Amino acid sequence: MSSDIAGLAADLRSICGDEHVLTHRHQLRTYESDGLLQYAAMPGVVALPADGAEVQRVVRACHEAGVAFVARGSGSGLSGGAMPVEGGCVIALSRLRRILEVDLDNQRVTVEPGVTNIAVSDAVGPGHFYPPDPSSQIVCSIGGNVAENSGGAHCFKYGFTTNYVTGLEVVLPDGELVRLGAKHLDTPGYDLVGAFVGSEGTLGVATSITVRVVPSPQATRTLVAFFDSTSEAGSVVSAVVAEGIVAGAMEMMDNLSIRAAEGATKAGYPQDAGAALVIELDGSESECAARFDQVVALCEEGGAWKVRVASDEAERALIWKTRKAAFAAMGRIAPNYYVQDSVIPRTKMAAVLEQIEELALEYDLKVANVFHAGDGNLHPLVCYDGSKEGEPERAEELAGLIVKACVDAGGSITGEHGVGVDKKRYMPQMFGDDDLATFQRLRCAFDPAGLANPGKVMPTPRLCGEVPGPYREHPLEAAGLAERM
Amino acid sequence: MMKDARGSVLSPQEPASPQALAAAVSEAASAGTAVRFAGGRTKLAWGSPVPGALEISTKGLTTIHEHNAGDLTAVVDAGVTLAELRAEAGSAGQMLALDPPLGEGDEATLGGIVATGDSGPLRHRYGSARDLVVGMTVALSDGTLAKTGGKVIKNVAGYDISKLFTGAYGTLGAILGVSVRLHPLSPTTATAVGRSDDPGLIGSTAAGLSHAQVELQSLDVRWEANAGAVLARFGGASAAEPARDAAGAMGEQGLETEVSEDDGELWDSQRAGQRSSAGTVVRVSGLQTQIPELLRTARTLGARVVGRAGLGLFWVTLPSESNAAEGVESLRRAMAPSPCVVLDAPEEVRGAVDVWTAPDPATLVLMRRVKERFDPAGVCAPGLYVGGL
Repeated sequence: MSSDIAGLAADLRSICGDEHVLTHRHQLRTYESDGLLQYAAMPGVVALPADGAEVQRVVRACHEAGVAFVARGSGSGLSGGAMPVEGGCVIALSRLRRILEVDLDNQRVTVEPGVTNIAVSDAVGPGHFYPPDPSSQIVCSIGGNVAENSGGAHCFKYGFTTNYVTGLEVVLPDGELVRLGAKHLDTPGYDLVGAFVGSEGTLGVATSITVRVVPSPQATRTLVAFFDSTSEAGSVVSAVVAEGIVAGAMEMMDNLSIRAAEGATKAGYPQDAGAALVIELDGSESECAARFDQVVALCEEGGAWKVRVASDEAERALIWKTRKAAFAAMGRIAPNYYVQDSVIPRTKMAAVLEQIEELALEYDLKVANVFHAGDGNLHPLVCYDGSKEGEPERAEELAGLIVKACVDAGGSITGEHGVGVDKKRYMPQMFGDDDLATFQRLRCAFDPAGLANPGKVMPTPRLCGEVPGPYREHPLEAAGLAERM
Repeated sequence: MMKDARGSVLSPQEPASPQALAAAVSEAASAGTAVRFAGGRTKLAWGSPVPGALEISTKGLTTIHEHNAGDLTAVVDAGVTLAELRAEAGSAGQMLALDPPLGEGDEATLGGIVATGDSGPLRHRYGSARDLVVGMTVALSDGTLAKTGGKVIKNVAGYDISKLFTGAYGTLGAILGVSVRLHPLSPTTATAVGRSDDPGLIGSTAAGLSHAQVELQSLDVRWEANAGAVLARFGGASAAEPARDAAGAMGEQGLETEVSEDDGELWDSQRAGQRSSAGTVVRVSGLQTQIPELLRTARTLGARVVGRAGLGLFWVTLPSESNAAEGVESLRRAMAPSPCVVLDAPEEVRGAVDVWTAPDPATLVLMRRVKERFDPAGVCAPGLYVGGL
């Protein structure tokens, strides 16, 4: 441990208490990666503050010591966003687990960042719920959701974290505490809540988060339809959208994912199906019933050879369990996999899937596809065997080409997992130098010293130039033609 | 030269391309000339005045570049009017779910609506400009042309600069174009209206609907001439049925009810209530539980209220014959700590009150840092915005 870190660790102990500051190598190892295990870095110290006030003091101590820090929620992220800075400080927020206020009359819940996503819905259910629902919602934290602007299966209809966060308390990277937004919408001034959500921990640490909750739908209807091919299933997705139906969720799995997931859940999915399409409608009883019949008909017209309608909550749960098991079940297909998170315009789905298939053949690797079909968010899983010479490199190269195909089709390198360390090298495919420099302006306004989660998001390290200095008098003011209030 | 001898503005500029607009801004910045960005000029009076500013218009940027009906997205220039985009999207049974008042000749442009963060009744179901804009092209005062976001509805690559520019009134730079998410038009709509002159009953009825397990397109309140109403609009394959149910429930609460299946005018009137040519309009960023108190205050002040019951956003119009400046302060006291921002107002009212409600000092410092990074020359509508930004 360097002397800088030893000094900082002593400060952190006086703030958090001895038992909440970790410096032993075997303790630090727990924190060296997030959910993306391909990337690891050993922090110098991990602090586990108890509340917002302690977080503020920890950040201030890091700032004074000039030590970079990374805030961490549940560590379930999939882009290496919570991977430590080598030798730096990790601020683990797992002790900040209090629900601070449930104001159901105004449909707001205020929580500390370590509260899990599911706990928010549980606090207001069954009459209300918190819509963003990442697959990891049982463990992932709201603080992490804010950092990544997490989505989920239902975001085609309901939107993302950014559409639900109305207020934040944020410790800026210099230790200053600011309130952004409120319970109220449209608080006057720049939408710094909007800028902060999805900033991947590079603008500060949120210590209190106020979110909007909404009434639960009166009815939910779910089906899974099986097709010969993903292109057939994709056409049905387009047909549903063209009918003006806004489904709560539309999720697709290809044959490889079906086989893997079925092996894990034994839900009775036909292993020879080319594609499984899960469609869920929610809303009022009458609207749901009318639209659901339409969706079943569209599936049948579109070539589905089997449509399974969930007749009760248990069957619905099984359909979702199978869909959500797909990632974890990939172990049955290959020892390792890369998960990508690219987005394409939905109408380009058939063409891009075909390209992916050709690339997979060329690279002699298997690629499974599980995706949020409604919003075109693909999750291609590039399967490989890490013990085979050269295969990890081949897989990584293939994953990169898949990302490129998606961007070329007019899409994005990431729909919900974030850029982190994993996708920063792809950023120049989407953004030019001027665009990246414009991003950096925001970063510099919040964190001129570059201490908050450095090395993430931006493809190359950048320093902040001189702050342009105190607000200069405008020539108009000098001429007496204008004044500031 | 862009200014005449007295320092006042000559003719507004109307660059015909994004590059030309960015160049015009940076040229003004080099000369130390303040600029203001304008579209349909329907909301130019909002904010604090910026005397002597050169007006740079987006009206030369009028192309709908893409309408991807199958993807429910569109890419448009800032100078395109919402009415024009509405016609284009409507031809495919789609809409941009933004419905603020559009001005007398429907001149309001996408750029202006996004820059002011203006919204209408559809916000209840679909959110506002910040939720519907998925990408943006901007020009900064140093001539930088930059894009942010993308044109797919789901995308978390890079910082969400679009949200920063949405509602920033052009004080960070100019919005040149936006990518937006579209939604399907509802095949049918129907509205349940419940009327009462009891602010408490209006509030409790609105709260009941806001918390009910029904999917509303819009949920508004109205108060005018000592009488109030709750308006609940349903959309979908068969909107009349849930509207009748809602009206039934309102009737049980003691409101006078009706169901309208030809409800366009009802909602035009709600939108129109957000503007006033002679009165003073104050936008209250409140909470839904404040409805009774707000309506009682409006009754005392002889004011009109329209607003989004489930979102806590209200537009209060103080009549022109009243002492509106005093009315603004009364309203602020009654609604505190909810921010109250003056939008339309006669000159004398504008001069007598702070049109904005300033945020916390620490938050304002951060906002100033953002402004300084994006507009280091300090020429983009200086002084127009919150806290003199």
